[in-house]
Amino acid sequence: MSQLSVEREIDRSKMQVSDEVAIEINNMNKWYGAFHVLRDINLTVNRGERIVIAGPSGSGKSTLIRCINALEEHQQGKIVVDGTELSNDLKNIDKIRSEVGMVFQHFNLFPHLSILENCTLAPIWVRKTPRKEAEERAMHFLEKVKIPEQADKYPGQLSGGQQQRVAIARSLCMMPRIMLFDEPTSALDPEMIKEVLDTMIELAEEGMTMLCVTHEMGFARQVANRVIFMDAGQIVEQNEPEEFFNNPKSERTKLFLSQILGH
Amino acid sequence: MSDIGYVRTEMLPEQEPPVSEVGAIGWVRHNLFSNWFNSLLTVLSLYFIFKVLAGLVPWVISPTWDSGSLAECREILHALGREGHYAGACWGVIHERWIQLIFGFYPEHLYWRPIAAFVLLGVALAPVLFSDKVPSKLLIFSALYPFIFPWLLWGGTIWAPVAALLGFVLGWAAFNAVSKAMSTLLGFIAGALVALIWWLVLSSYFVGAMDSIAAIGIEPVESRKFGGFMLSITIGVVAIACSLPLGIVLALGRQSDLLIVKYICVGFIEFIRGVPLITLLFVASTLLNLFLPPGTNFDIILRVLIMVTLFAAAYMAEVIRGGLAALPRGQYEGADSLGLNYWQSQRLIIMPQALKISIPGIVSTFIGVFKDTTLVSIIGLLDPLGLSNAIRADANWNGIVWELYGFIALLFFAFCFGMSRYSMYLERKLHTGHR
Ligand SMILES: Nc1ncnc2c1ncn2[C@@H]1O[C@H](COP(=O)(O)OP(=O)(O)OP(=O)(O)O)[C@@H](O)[C@H]1O
Ligand SMILES: [Mg+2]
Repeated sequence: MSQLSVEREIDRSKMQVSDEVAIEINNMNKWYGAFHVLRDINLTVNRGERIVIAGPSGSGKSTLIRCINALEEHQQGKIVVDGTELSNDLKNIDKIRSEVGMVFQHFNLFPHLSILENCTLAPIWVRKTPRKEAEERAMHFLEKVKIPEQADKYPGQLSGGQQQRVAIARSLCMMPRIMLFDEPTSALDPEMIKEVLDTMIELAEEGMTMLCVTHEMGFARQVANRVIFMDAGQIVEQNEPEEFFNNPKSERTKLFLSQILGH
Repeated sequence: MSDIGYVRTEMLPEQEPPVSEVGAIGWVRHNLFSNWFNSLLTVLSLYFIFKVLAGLVPWVISPTWDSGSLAECREILHALGREGHYAGACWGVIHERWIQLIFGFYPEHLYWRPIAAFVLLGVALAPVLFSDKVPSKLLIFSALYPFIFPWLLWGGTIWAPVAALLGFVLGWAAFNAVSKAMSTLLGFIAGALVALIWWLVLSSYFVGAMDSIAAIGIEPVESRKFGGFMLSITIGVVAIACSLPLGIVLALGRQSDLLIVKYICVGFIEFIRGVPLITLLFVASTLLNLFLPPGTNFDIILRVLIMVTLFAAAYMAEVIRGGLAALPRGQYEGADSLGLNYWQSQRLIIMPQALKISIPGIVSTFIGVFKDTTLVSIIGLLDPLGLSNAIRADANWNGIVWELYGFIALLFFAFCFGMSRYSMYLERKLHTGHR
């Protein structure tokens, strides 16, 4: 795997974890048809935590974070996000989704809209922000991800790394309190991975609550305050990054780490 | 040490390409005579085109514009020494009847009304078709146009279109009130109910009352006077304009999670697509009378309009479903993850892309519908084809075939070609690079 791609010192002053609970998952189970994909998940995420979720392919990492903003429905157990319980009530779901930003592996930008429109669409329609204000905010976040000059282009005209940064900016424009990342760098070439990770590190430095599914172990070591290892739909091990990488407890974790870091 | 190191010291300047590669000669060489087989094909095609034109052009160039009958045409040609079955076209029939082929039996002193209707149609379409070049304020006119159009064509009291418009306003108000208080779905139902009650029950009282207060109107024209190309365009335009929104609703319904909605849509689409249009038209012209209470006067053109619209909508729904299926799941998830609700994500994210993908199919359906309007001649409406039969029944023009069909074909071609070109323009305009 790619080595730690960012060498600069990280400012941990704002990366404080508060006692306030951001996400609480209790005894959550999910099935795809007869296939038990998530088994008895228990997870509490405090505000300001940066959590990295790792695990072999098919272990249910994506499914887990997609359950948090109800892109997937869970069948048993309880998920509470920002004090709102996920239920079948559409109003609740839309509310939670507008509070929780999500960044996908394949960006999922809207190809028929310009970069700026991608960023202002949801604030204007969901938050009812006046257009002018939404545009100013979009430019602010585009500057933050360092591509303000691309605002009038279309997603199809940008590189993968730029598209992913737009996707992050688009989420940020909704002023989310929690950000979910599902393998944000795995569709990217190595030199683009760095620019996306830089953006994510900056977010972390500002105290954003983050859940990242990623195989970037350098990022995990540097930024995460907790690493969760999943296998076969279960949380097998979780720990602080140092402990997790240097001193894994379970055999599966050891095997996984040896495969992923081992050469 | 072998000497494999090499450094260029001097950069080569750009040179003109050889003459055989550019310009007319280069083009001809590349495209027409690139090898012996291509050359052979080129020569054969040129010969074929020559033969066709050699037969057609003399026939078309025929000084018969002022003749009053087929016999007179033959005399003119005979005097010129042109004999035989295809001696020349008899354009007198077009000269004498082109007005009729376009307006049918619409009263002559009212021709300005269909002309105004179609000119205004252009005005109403402009902001829709060329949204980047025409001020969007004109869209208000586009929205009112569906009420102006039938009034101009059929005439009568102005209060009828006003009442129809009021139905939409009332339905919209009901939708807004209910969907705010309860859910969007209930809002739809309430809106539709209020509008239907208004149109079916209350609006006739309203029209009567307003008419007695202020009788404003223009001379009414009966449906049986309608005919010619004007009829084709009327049916085509209405069917096209109504089938697109209806098709979108059906396509969405077919994908819906609500099982009842889904199966109603599937059933409707499959039934309509499984039945030939001509059958539906026969139902419209004859069978429908059996089901309607005796004495109801349900306009024949209106019935045909409904049938053609339903027919086109079923095809449209399938074309749009193809566009929906071509969208990656990520687009839905992207929209969902931002908190857009179902209608917002359909309207802002899904439909613009699905419709864009389906443009070629949608326009094909439009063109097909427009050409299918000629089928109404079979149930006795006088569209251009129906009229051409009527014209042939005239003793003067008995035996005329190609001139009429050629003229009609040319009119249809102009419209269909226009639509096809527009769709290509639109595709280019909406192209924003690949995803
Ligand atoms: N829509 C679906 N229907 C049925 N099974 C599914 C569906 N989506 C995922 N699965 C299955 O659920 C399991 C977990 O999938 P998930 O995408 O969460 O894995 P993952 O840990 O994210 O893997 P990867 O690292 O490859 O992305 C897999 O075995 C997958 O085959
Ligand atoms: Mg995954």
